[in-house]
Formats: sequence, C-alpha cells, structure tokens
Amino acid sequence: MTAQPQPNSFRTGPDERGRFGIFGGRFVAETLMPLILELEAEYETAKKDPAFHAEMESYRTHYIGRPSPLYFAERLTEHLGGAKVYLKREELNHTGSHKVNNVLGQILLARRMGKKRVIAETGAGQHGVATATLCARFGLECVVFMGAVDVARQAPNVFRMKMLGATVVPVQSGAKTLKDAMNEALRDWVTNVADTFYCIGTVAGPHPYPAMVRDFQSIIGIETRAQMQEMEGRLPDSLIACVGGGSNAIGLFHPFLDESDVAIYGVEAAGFGLSGLNAASIAGGAPGVLHGNRTYLLMDKDGQIEEGHSISAGLDYPGIGPEHAWLNDIGRVKYLSATDDEAVSAFQLLSKLEGIIPALESAHAIAKVVELAPGLPKDHLMVVNLSGRGDKDVPQIAERLGTSL
Amino acid sequence: MKHRIDARFALAARENRAALVTFVTAGDPDHETSLEIVRALPGAGADVIELGMPFTDPMADGPAIQAAGLRALAAGETLVKTLDLVRAFRERDQDTPIVLMGYYNPIYVHGVERFLYEAKEAGADGMIVVDLPPEEDEELCLPALQSGLAFIRLATPTTDDKRLPAVLKNTAGFVYYVSVAGTTGAATPDFNVVGGAVDRLKRHTDLPVAVGFGVKTPEHAAAIAAYADGVVVGSAIVDAVAKSLDADGRATNKTVSAVTALVSALAAGVRRGRAAA
Repeated sequence: MTAQPQPNSFRTGPDERGRFGIFGGRFVAETLMPLILELEAEYETAKKDPAFHAEMESYRTHYIGRPSPLYFAERLTEHLGGAKVYLKREELNHTGSHKVNNVLGQILLARRMGKKRVIAETGAGQHGVATATLCARFGLECVVFMGAVDVARQAPNVFRMKMLGATVVPVQSGAKTLKDAMNEALRDWVTNVADTFYCIGTVAGPHPYPAMVRDFQSIIGIETRAQMQEMEGRLPDSLIACVGGGSNAIGLFHPFLDESDVAIYGVEAAGFGLSGLNAASIAGGAPGVLHGNRTYLLMDKDGQIEEGHSISAGLDYPGIGPEHAWLNDIGRVKYLSATDDEAVSAFQLLSKLEGIIPALESAHAIAKVVELAPGLPKDHLMVVNLSGRGDKDVPQIAERLGTSL
Repeated sequence: MKHRIDARFALAARENRAALVTFVTAGDPDHETSLEIVRALPGAGADVIELGMPFTDPMADGPAIQAAGLRALAAGETLVKTLDLVRAFRERDQDTPIVLMGYYNPIYVHGVERFLYEAKEAGADGMIVVDLPPEEDEELCLPALQSGLAFIRLATPTTDDKRLPAVLKNTAGFVYYVSVAGTTGAATPDFNVVGGAVDRLKRHTDLPVAVGFGVKTPEHAAAIAAYADGVVVGSAIVDAVAKSLDADGRATNKTVSAVTALVSALAAGVRRGRAAA
C-alpha cells in the first residue's frame, strides 16, 4: 500500500493541472473548459484578497454560527470503555450540516464573478438546502437537481429548499440518485454558460473544485486543532469521518495530514455489505474518469458506471473525491466501510447516549468509532466529525424500524 | 495513403457541397440492427459516420442520445462489440470514414493503447471524445495521433480567440463546431451567428469545419451547408430509430428504412445548400 515514495508534505496538492498523483484533472467538455479556467483564476485572486477572507469570516461567525463546538462525548466514551471520543459538532451549523461551509465560500465567489443564477446537485438534500439558504440570503436564483429517488426519501429537505425559494428539479435519468443529479447539473451548466455558477457540493468534479471545496471545508480541521489544544493541551491521536464524495472528511483531515502521529480514518458506505450492493468506491472500485475527474469508481469491466447503494442518500455516489483516492494510494489515510445496519445501530446509539441525533451519513463514522474505540487506551484522543444532524432521516429510520409516523 | 476523412471532405469540396456527417449509437436498438443501419448509411447519402460508443453517464448529451445509449447498453452493447461493428462495416466499405464518438471512461478502462490498436485495426478513422479538452491531450489525443487516428476536437461558442489555437493544435480530420452552448439535440441555432463563427474558425485553420448540435431537418442542413464544410446530424437520426421501435422497444421492419429515409432527405438538403446560396 505504501509502495510509492512518500512526499515531503501531504498538503501541497493538487499540481497546476489539478492532479493529486494520477487522480483529479479536468475531464470536461470544451464548452465548460473556459468557465472552469475563469473560476480557477477568480478563486486564485480571491484567495489572496484579505477582503474576501474578512467577508467569509464575518458570515461564518454571524450567519453559520462558527466555530462549531468540539464536544467530549462522555457517555459514549464510558459505554465504549476505551478511547476518549470527541464530536466535532458540524451538525450545529446553520442549515444542519458541514455543507454550508463550502456553499458560503462558493456563493461569495459567485457574487464576485457577477453570476445571478446558481445551480447545485444534491443527494441527501443537505447541500441543496445550504445552497438554497445562501441564495435566499443574497437574492440569487437557485436551481437544485436531485435524483427522483432521493426526492422521495428526503422529503423534508425538498420542502425546505422550496420554502427557501429554490426550484427543485427531480432527475429521472439513470438510477435517479446523486450521480444522475450531477449529470443533469452539468447539462444545465453547459447550456447556461453566461450567467450560471455551478456550486458543487463535494470535493469532486473538475479542478479547481476538489481543491477549492477542500479549502472552504478546512475550517473544520483548523478549529479542531485549536480546540483540542485548548481542551487537552495536545493534538488528537486519531480522526474519523464518513466519506461519500468526502468533503466533511477532507475538511477535518487536511490540516492534520502532515502530523504523522495522527491516525486518520475515512468511512465509506458499505450498503448491504462489500460483497453486495454498496457505495464504497475505494473498497470496491477501480480508477476511472467521471464528472470531470479521475478517481476510484464503481463500474463494470466495460467502464460503465454502476449504481451504488447506501441507506444514506448523501453517501450514495459511485465515486469519491480525487484527493481521497490519492491519500488512499499513498497510505496516509486508511479507508474503512460501514454497512447500512451498522449505521442504523450507531444512529440509535448516539441518540440515546448523547441526546444527539446524527445524520445517517455521520452515523457511518460513529459506527467505526464503536468498533475502534474499545480497543484503544483511555488516553487516546479520537475526534469524529459529526457532519450533520439526523432530523431529515427520522421518517426513513421510523419506516425501517416499523413505526408509522 | 490519404486518410479516408480527408479524402471524403476533399470529394465534397470538389462537388461544391458540404459533407453530411451522420451520428448513430452503436448497438441501438440492438447490435444486428445497428450494423444494418450503419451499412445502409452511405447508400442513403452519408459521407462520414459518427458511431456513438454508449456510456452510462453521457453528460454532454441531451435526452435523445441518452436514451439511445441506454437502449444499446440494455441490449448488451460493449466497447468490444462496437469495434466488431466497425470491423464488419469495413469488410464491405473501404471508403466511408468512421469516427468513434463517446466518453473517456470506457476507453480508459479498456486501456488506451489497446483501444487505439484495436480501433485502427478494425478500420476506424478517428475519434471524438467529449470529456477530453486540450488540457488532457496526453491521455488519448497525442497517442491517437501517433497511431494514425484523427482526434477531432470540438470548438464551441465559449472557445474564444485566445483559446482557439490550443483547441486547433492537435486536431486532425475536421473541426467540429458546436453550434450552441448546450447538450446534443438542443435548441436550433441562429444560422447567421453560426455562419460568423465558422468564418472565425476558418481564419485559424485549413481543416474542414463541420457544424452540429440542434441540426434536425433538411432545411437546417441546407442552411448550414451554405457556409460550412460539413453538417452533423445526430439526435434527429436516433429519434427516428426510437420512433420506429415496437412497444417493447424492439426493432421493427421499419427501423432501418426510417433512418435511411431521413438521411436521404438530409443529404438532399445538404446538396441544396450551396445551390441556394
């Protein structure tokens, strides 16, 4: 796994072509290429502009409610009897998940670029809600593409988006989930090139999206470092986060990648199990090219993309961000997976022990905490990213547990 | 030996007309019918055959070509079978150029070197791979040119003068001008605006310029043929396939003739184009 030579730093990617090793890149139609280059140039300018950072900082504090707490999960820790478990409380952000961190950055960028119309893809609806929210705040037109299957299983979020003034387009092509929503968003963008900003919700897509979204999410790890220093006087020993595209995970991980004593775990969705239908691209996939980047993909031997399966709409995607693909191949991050059943158990456990209902996505990370923490010493500091709250999942869990609401 | 693509555009130019480039999806609605369709295209007036390689996630295609790809995949079409189709066509036709069109992932997974070797050996002349812009030329474009296959580039309304030289640099065969920003089968373009764009391209290249996207009828074909070197029609043809199928989506005895009737009308339109101008 670590056959490749190790770089001096794990934090310098991507290169000027948008590559993390062989992963990433800009695999898009010519129509979109000038738009992507324009976005990259604008982002590079904004990064160097103190006014951009000041504006972002102000909205982070007063609109999102950052910093999010780092919370010692005392009863979960007692229950597991091993590592000391901390929750990074991204579910307390305005709109209920980490997604808003990225959307804020992109919407401020869209405003700088004079774009009046914003499009987004969404799986669980958290990114769609965050995008609809900031579009409402800044008076921008918002169109959200969502697979028809996800529209059905995430009804509360669909209604929230509509209340916020967004148009939700149910996507009927393919498996009618996140992958198809992204295809449709790209088709819209290629058609409305002049006025539209595509707000991608995860660390995937063509360069510069994987790097840009990571930068906007890195506030999670930056805060975690400072908070852990303050609470325990040192860095954590391990980090753990769920990975669909992987934006909450990279946001927590990236500021720690060069701390060699910090063990880092990503958790993919194993659905019915790795031998059955799942959404674990690293565990069950191979390198391929989709949605503008090269990464691990679930596909058949003819290169046709396969439909993933996860109980969690937010993890139900047959790919993973290219930086995660690279971090896996060089061995810096270890990628595990959790099944639907494990996630549902973890969902119930955290609700009962801590009074915190996690998003089904985040419950995949909790499931691996349940597995790893008991075997670790009591002075081991483990941080799990609680990327979203589970209110949106309550109807689905009720149905699974045989309760009609 | 001169490339079949160059030879065909030169022939059309000598006849003072635009070339008709027809797109069909390999394996649509099934492999055998698809081969029959492709074999019938030159007789109906097609100059160049664009053969779509089906992909599950055709992000640059509109509903008609998406549906054609899904029909082909459901009927079991694969990249290997598509190359078999080219080989079978080439046994009986040595002159009509075939351009493979699709997305990079099936080629990447098949293996670039293996794909180029097999495509060349089967008798393909070039390729259009939608999701490989000049920035990714090392992936497939440069190896394709080295193996003697044309890599045909798309130029679009968003390709400005600054970018155009990069887009034209490693292209061969012809330049495919995408008439409107959008997916295939999109709204009909404004023919005057497209005319200006073709003039602009021609100031930058000696290659023939073919125009596609939103060209649906013989009248559209005639309008574009007045100033372009080639007219590309795709969605309208796969729509004709779709409309000829039975209730279960299977080919009928009208499927091949539905395509040839439309292509004949388009070929007549293309030939009217210069006469009218």
